[in-house]
Amino acid sequence: MIAEKHLNWLIAALLLAVPVCAWWFGEIYTVTLATRVVVLALAGVGLNLALGAGGLVSLGHAAFFGVGGYAMGILASHGQNYDPILTEPFLIEGTKSMPVIWLVAIIAGGLSALAIGALSLRTSGVYFIMITLAFGQMFYYFAISWPAYGGEDGLSIYVRNGFPGLNTLQPIQYFALCYVLLIAVLLLCARLGASPFGLALNAVRQSAPRVETVGLSPLRLRLTAFVISGAITALAGALFADLSRFVSPTMFSWHTSGEIMIFVILGGVGRLYGPVIGACLFILLEHWLGGVSEYWQLFLGLLLLGVVLFARGGVIGVLTRKEAGHG
Amino acid sequence: MSMILLIEQALNGLQFGVMLFVMAAGLTLVFGVMGLINLAHGSLYMIGAFAAATVAGLTGSFLLALAASLAAAAAAGAIVEIAVIRRLYARDHLDQVLATFALILIFSEGTRWLFGSFPLFLDTPDWLSGPVELPGGILYPAYRLGIIGVGLAVALGLYLLISRTRLGIRIRAGESDREMIAALGVDISKLYTLVFALGAALAGLAGALVGAIQSVQVGMGEPVLILAFVVIVIGGIGSIKGALVASLLVGLTDTMGGFLLPIAFAQVMEPANAMLLGSALASMLIYILMAVVLIVRPSGLFGVRS
Repeated sequence: MIAEKHLNWLIAALLLAVPVCAWWFGEIYTVTLATRVVVLALAGVGLNLALGAGGLVSLGHAAFFGVGGYAMGILASHGQNYDPILTEPFLIEGTKSMPVIWLVAIIAGGLSALAIGALSLRTSGVYFIMITLAFGQMFYYFAISWPAYGGEDGLSIYVRNGFPGLNTLQPIQYFALCYVLLIAVLLLCARLGASPFGLALNAVRQSAPRVETVGLSPLRLRLTAFVISGAITALAGALFADLSRFVSPTMFSWHTSGEIMIFVILGGVGRLYGPVIGACLFILLEHWLGGVSEYWQLFLGLLLLGVVLFARGGVIGVLTRKEAGHG
Repeated sequence: MSMILLIEQALNGLQFGVMLFVMAAGLTLVFGVMGLINLAHGSLYMIGAFAAATVAGLTGSFLLALAASLAAAAAAGAIVEIAVIRRLYARDHLDQVLATFALILIFSEGTRWLFGSFPLFLDTPDWLSGPVELPGGILYPAYRLGIIGVGLAVALGLYLLISRTRLGIRIRAGESDREMIAALGVDISKLYTLVFALGAALAGLAGALVGAIQSVQVGMGEPVLILAFVVIVIGGIGSIKGALVASLLVGLTDTMGGFLLPIAFAQVMEPANAMLLGSALASMLIYILMAVVLIVRPSGLFGVRS
């Protein structure tokens, strides 16, 4: 058995070491696979803030993932065609610059989370699950039926967006960029968890009425967590879109929400590095089982069922032998 | 815009709503009695459709196909309840969501493995294939009228079952206090299996009936599942009456919205844009409806605040 802190260090180190070695030996595919892990882990870290710390079972995080993806798609498609998004009443041009795209994705994701959260948080429990699911689907159907940005066919971006001083077309450089972002967000989440806000949020999950009696607003705490969570997932969406240079309504589909949730659960709910290890496992399984059988999702389903029924606390829970991720 | 077209669309909306009800009734019943959120309800719908298509292909009889859909979905429901779902009642909703999501993966891929990725086709029976002339000279497909009839019959049947039979009394008792009825000597786990199988059979029936209008394929249950969620959220989780009202509301809003919104927008803007904006907005309409209902009544139209 090892302590969770050491396990986290190990995961972070491995996640960096494996692609760097792969790049050294010219295994570019592995680098891309690792970038996928990092980006999806980031989406999971976003969800984990709402799900693990806040106890908000959102089955609609694909909405934010997709919003981030489309923020990138819309800005970059205008950027690559030199065709402004708006000319009236003031000029808004597209862009191919990653920092700008990320900022837009984070703001758009945060605002969507604010709107969805403000409505959904009026309810709780199973209503909340279904409502977030339904709002996610609303974005999905909107993306399908709105033809300006590709509709059902999605939108291709020909060249990956740029970051000042880096050549993002190099897989290892793009990986490094995503990895740094992931670690930065993980540090942010660790700080948040230890801050007064994080502690209050933790208390809300355990007993909202008690938090209310000491004069804090559970709704406001939950909404804040939901907005930060949505913004992080949107950032992951923008990175994911840039990785595949393609956005499509699939990013909004509820299977995406389900998969992001699987990352969190596989790793362990409420654990800082849970989504990271969950995303690693998921991508590795997809890769290996996908090679063994065309019907790999069947085995994924069986495995997931096994984890839910018999291995509560996820992989980190099993490795560190602690029941629950949250204190 | 002609009156006949409008009535036709209203009937389509009614047919859609009634099918949503058959789907949502099982979902809301399972939630009301067992407190379980079942994402795999759409898979049972799919199983019903595949069973019906297979039996119809073998025997050529539509009625046998319907019977097969009921039997297959009920059997699948009972097996899943005994093997997996039973272990989830005491768990939190997160575990239920994940386990039933895993079931969807298993069912979808298993079906793809057995039947392949190509859609199957289920023909409407000859005796229901033509149109029927309704008062006012409206020609409407007999099969769709039949679906409306079946859906309303299911609603009536469920009402009678729950309010008039011994099983219904037990179901209602299970909703309000499961320990108490177990203490009174009712075999609660058998009751749960029965309720789950009943909900599954209804989903399977819906799948078979809709499968004859659309195609029978893997993943067909998921869009319907999410609409059924919208329905039971609007109606109030656990309320069959709420499910009926909400499913008709959702069916009519969706169909009429898709039909009327582009026409309404065409009054104020050019047709191409009106079509675009109208259909995009129509696709979101039921979710907007849901949001409005939740703002006014957070626990749904007929829901009880838990």
